[in-house]
Amino acid sequence: MLELTDIQTFYGNIQALKGVSMEIAKGEIVTLIGANGAGKTTTLMSICGAVPPRSGAIKFEGRTIDNLSPNEIVALGISQVPEGRRIFPYLSVAENLDMGAFLRNDRDGVKEDMEYIFELFPILAERRHQAGGTLSGGEQQMLAISRALMARPRMLLLDEPSLGLAPLVVKRIFEIIRQINTENKTTIFLVEQNANLALKVAHRGYVMENGRIIMSDKAQNLLTNEDVRKAYLGI
Amino acid sequence: MMTFQEIKKSFLAAIWFMFLTFPIMVIKVNTIEKTIEWHWWRMAAVGLGAFGLSFLWRYLIRRKEAGKRKAEVGGEDKQTLVQRLLSNPRFYLPGLIATAVMVVAFPFVFSLYQTNIMITALIYVVVGLGLNIVVGLAGLLDLGYVAFYAVGAYSYALLNVHFGVSFWMALPIGAALAFLFGILLGFPVLRLRGDYLAIVTLGFGEIIRLVLENWNEFSFGPSGIANIPKPGLFGIDLNLQQSTTFIYFLMIALALMTIFVVRRLQDSRIGRAWIALREDEVACQAMGIDKTRTKLSAFALGATWAGMGGVVFAAKTTFINPTSFTIWESIIILCVVVLGGMGSIVGVIIGAMILILLPEYLRAFSEYRMLIFGVILVLMMVFRPGGIISDVRRTYKFEGLGNKTENKSQ
Repeated sequence: MLELTDIQTFYGNIQALKGVSMEIAKGEIVTLIGANGAGKTTTLMSICGAVPPRSGAIKFEGRTIDNLSPNEIVALGISQVPEGRRIFPYLSVAENLDMGAFLRNDRDGVKEDMEYIFELFPILAERRHQAGGTLSGGEQQMLAISRALMARPRMLLLDEPSLGLAPLVVKRIFEIIRQINTENKTTIFLVEQNANLALKVAHRGYVMENGRIIMSDKAQNLLTNEDVRKAYLGI
Repeated sequence: MMTFQEIKKSFLAAIWFMFLTFPIMVIKVNTIEKTIEWHWWRMAAVGLGAFGLSFLWRYLIRRKEAGKRKAEVGGEDKQTLVQRLLSNPRFYLPGLIATAVMVVAFPFVFSLYQTNIMITALIYVVVGLGLNIVVGLAGLLDLGYVAFYAVGAYSYALLNVHFGVSFWMALPIGAALAFLFGILLGFPVLRLRGDYLAIVTLGFGEIIRLVLENWNEFSFGPSGIANIPKPGLFGIDLNLQQSTTFIYFLMIALALMTIFVVRRLQDSRIGRAWIALREDEVACQAMGIDKTRTKLSAFALGATWAGMGGVVFAAKTTFINPTSFTIWESIIILCVVVLGGMGSIVGVIIGAMILILLPEYLRAFSEYRMLIFGVILVLMMVFRPGGIISDVRRTYKFEGLGNKTENKSQ
């Protein structure tokens, strides 16, 4: 579904990605793990067009997307849950969700989806008139994921959904990610520092270090891999 | 409930003020008799005044904090009296009719001078609503807004001088040119945000003014352009009184149109994009909003209203020169928006009325005008940081979304 070939991305003169190649098949949950500054978020930014790569190719369903602007990429069906949630703080929960459906024209479909979201996260239904900024961190993360789902994406990019959340909440979020994947057949690309949880929920995983992919395997194999365990699982 | 602590603080403030103003208030040198006169009673006056003001200040601050706490506990009880009145149909309709009657009767009841001031205020309403799109909705701080006002005014003046273009032709042309300038200036500028954007727009505003001032062959330089014709009415000859009344009603129509269009824009898809952009740019991008286009549209549409305001301004004063388009003008328009309430249409209208009419009626105290102006602005920012009528959107958000969810359950 999504194919990255030898991506090189720069911030000014600093090279953040030194030739990243990966492949995500339809219906999969794929995770990208690695230490701070490895280039995980940059990879995601390259895919969604916020920091376009200087060389290499990104193909989504056979179509080259590395020269498109971020909004065109969203229109193709790739939605992003940005790092740090990025809720619109003064818009209400319902309005936040509505913003997620910004590019859609089918009002009934949007309503249906909003009801689906409220079933998925009853707490959001309760707080739909509340300003987004007044939610707790976990609720905001749920809202951020819901907002991305409102675009009816075929592929969901998640950037560190566990950031700054309590362990119990993180667990719940990961359950939901799984649920979204099985219920809607949404392909999910998950960038995460919490390698243990990410690998448990994902089908396959890539390990990143210094702007390069150093390992890729089935998630289960990575969980039991000695090097990965030592470096990222702290065992 | 006035605690000892507060009395002590006010007392200290009074002492400090007496000390500070001692040299200028108490000592007076009589240069003729070469003696020093001591005005001790003035010191007492300063002390008492400072004590009183400080006390009042503390009292108001405390009341404000108490109100805030109450609002937090009460939740939805945040609507102010004005907003409640506005949303209540029993007051709303008669209020609207009364306003309409007053508006229509105004030029016939009041003098030419009053009508003229009102026209100026209405121009600021239109221009303020335009800036409200840029600053209030899209959250782009534009300090060079007056440049578009100048573009409008000069396009009418110059087209009239060179080609004899009439007011009615110039109005859409001026608006279109301002729109074009909005896009032209917008392109390089809109990569920036916040303070940087403000400074660069400030620079652009000054560039336009300096070009107009120095390019004599093009704009007749500092001497400006005189004898710009007033708007015509099917070729009928109007005397001064009549033509002023005509411009007044023209401005009323333009203001109504502006209000209508801005309201529609606010509720449209692009309006939602502007509001979202004001809140979080990164999130906007993730939602699939085209950042550049959204910003440019806000900038250019805002400029369009300034252009129209400029054309009317040129027609009203019949004389323009670059000194009408200084940075000070930009700041006044910005004050109209901020004082009235960013993002709120009613707020901007009231803000324009206060800021333009008040200085006119305060001419009697012309020396203290700027002082009063400054004091009002500071007090506003302390006690009502959201403006006189803060963003009405916030109130109808509750009802509006309630309706939306009701629809859904049906």
